[in-house]
Amino acid sequence: MAGPAASVHEEALLRPLSSFRPKLFVGSLLTGLLVGVLFYSWGYQIVNDIGVAGINRPVFWGFYIVNFVFWIGISHAGTLISAILRVTQAEWRRPVTRCAEAITTFALLIGGLFPLIHLGRPGVFWYMMPIPTERGLWPNFRSPLMWDVLAITTYLTGSVLYLLLPMIPDFAIIRDKAMREHPKSLRTLFFRVAAIGWRGTPQQWFSLEAGIRTMAVVIIPVAISVHTIVSWDFAMAIQPMWHSTIFGPYFVVGAIYSGVAVLMVAMYLLRKGLGIGEYLNDKVFNNLGLMFLAFALLWGYFTFAEHLTVWYGNEHAERAVFDARISGEFAPLFWTMIVVNVLIPLAILPFPKGRKPLGTAIVGLGVLVGMWIERYLIVVGTLSFPRLDFNAGSYTPSWVEIGILVGSVGLFGFLYFGFLQLAPIVSLWEVREGEHIKNRQAPAQQHALHPASEEA
Amino acid sequence: MTRWGMAIDTDRCTGCGACAVACHAENNIQTVGEEEAGKGRAMHWMRIERYYEGVFPDIKVRFQPVLCQHCAHAPCEPVCPVYATYRTPEGLNAMVYSRCIGTRYCANNCPYTARYFNWFSPEFPAPLERQLNPDVSVRPAGVMEKCTFCVQRIQDVQDVAQTEDRPVRDGEIKTACSQSCPAQAITFGDLDDPASLVAQLGRTERATHLLEDLSTEPSVTYLRGGR
Repeated sequence: MAGPAASVHEEALLRPLSSFRPKLFVGSLLTGLLVGVLFYSWGYQIVNDIGVAGINRPVFWGFYIVNFVFWIGISHAGTLISAILRVTQAEWRRPVTRCAEAITTFALLIGGLFPLIHLGRPGVFWYMMPIPTERGLWPNFRSPLMWDVLAITTYLTGSVLYLLLPMIPDFAIIRDKAMREHPKSLRTLFFRVAAIGWRGTPQQWFSLEAGIRTMAVVIIPVAISVHTIVSWDFAMAIQPMWHSTIFGPYFVVGAIYSGVAVLMVAMYLLRKGLGIGEYLNDKVFNNLGLMFLAFALLWGYFTFAEHLTVWYGNEHAERAVFDARISGEFAPLFWTMIVVNVLIPLAILPFPKGRKPLGTAIVGLGVLVGMWIERYLIVVGTLSFPRLDFNAGSYTPSWVEIGILVGSVGLFGFLYFGFLQLAPIVSLWEVREGEHIKNRQAPAQQHALHPASEEA
Repeated sequence: MTRWGMAIDTDRCTGCGACAVACHAENNIQTVGEEEAGKGRAMHWMRIERYYEGVFPDIKVRFQPVLCQHCAHAPCEPVCPVYATYRTPEGLNAMVYSRCIGTRYCANNCPYTARYFNWFSPEFPAPLERQLNPDVSVRPAGVMEKCTFCVQRIQDVQDVAQTEDRPVRDGEIKTACSQSCPAQAITFGDLDDPASLVAQLGRTERATHLLEDLSTEPSVTYLRGGR
């Protein structure tokens, strides 16, 4: 696709791909250090056994499962949001889809690490793979953990495809530009391979659009199933405040909520760091801010409904967990969560002035913390209070678990910074397509608005 | 068919803890040490739970020995992704140590908190290694374990009975805990044999089950209400 030469705004998008950017380098370096922390901590745990984590009896699950749910939740940022916006043909989605889809893929990769980190014997994780052996042993598909394996691998495959498909024409744009400038360089070779022979023929466009449309529709139920199944890890168990029918939709809403939150923060940083305010403009922030507000309300409603029924039901074991949240040892965390997940968003997002980049990013940061706390309360809050009171316990994370949590955030940043240097973070061709549609429609709209003028 | 079960008379239990110690010796359970125990990682397949009734000085302590209840509908079994825990035809809730990958989901879903995890590799400093039971494997780090109803003893008696071409007699199998209980509070036997002592005790008015409303159908019966 020869296409028009890159516009001034597009230059800002393409710059990180071809030249040395000090900010990106420093960012990659710092997050790279955190990746080191992650793998050092994990390595330490593998060598010295799982006991170096703070988990115990009865709190058999701790930070690792919290992080797992947290990252899988964040992975709902992209794919789901971008797919919904694509399916509903929201025009303002065009600059947002790519950076959201990248979040999905990287968050999923990191989320998928945590079940491995969490295992007592990570070396034999492959017992969960359906590998036919002479011993005739098979995974137990009655276990929600196996549903997780299936759902997450499906989702990862789908979202990688969904991220890659719309990148092909962009790779071709970069390839063509690079071919003109440095035909022999290694970078050019990379983009030639990545563009997989894209020529921009009508046939190719037709196939691509069909592929994207199909993936957008397919990925929505897949994404919903993923976090529903993650919630079933808890809801299928008969533990107090886990065994709840609300968990499926509650987790899906929470996942999208945290997904929008991380998207808000990422968009704010991209806008600041790359100077691409032309694309990630106030309208985008405003619209996503409205979506953010809707999910704040939904999440608040679900949380209220969940706690009210438990309180009213007044069952002994459930009340122990409930009371610890409302007024006991988990109360500081619980009320922090309510403040950052409900009160602050409701104080800022309903107002147009609040739905500016900075406002939404601040709310987003708070919601990220709040959603992590929510998962902590669910995992540790319940496990601390077994049905036989004698076994009540508590949990303090060790440095290994904290290191791995911090490291996972670093890994996310590291992958994202790397991605910025491989592909434009705003889909070039989709924005061009949007401008094209707008230019074509403009006279028609005028016509529609003033039907009388033509007759006159 | 055989369905192994146990009856524990809580009115007889003095809370001495002999059962827990005998269980440790019989089943090669690791002793984790003070520091680890403080983190809540003590391992006792059989533990004595203490519950207090009333207000000091008018107070009554109740002891409840709790072990794996070998539930007919065990919540731990379906959640294991690799079939490391399953129900044997004789009604035991079995653990396959070599298959366990350590997700710890089973332990989370056990309402009795009867499962124990090997956070570290077990250590048996000399001369403790000399008292290890050769009939029981030592579990490595990262593996779940719990009461087996002394399956090695069951097997032993069954083997003898088979060579002598006779059925296993009631009371012939004694688990380590029931053997060592000075108050003889623990009875082990076949619940499907109506004449067995454990089945008879299970039919008395004093028979209850732990957390019965969860319909896990435990194989352990608690007897209480005498005093």
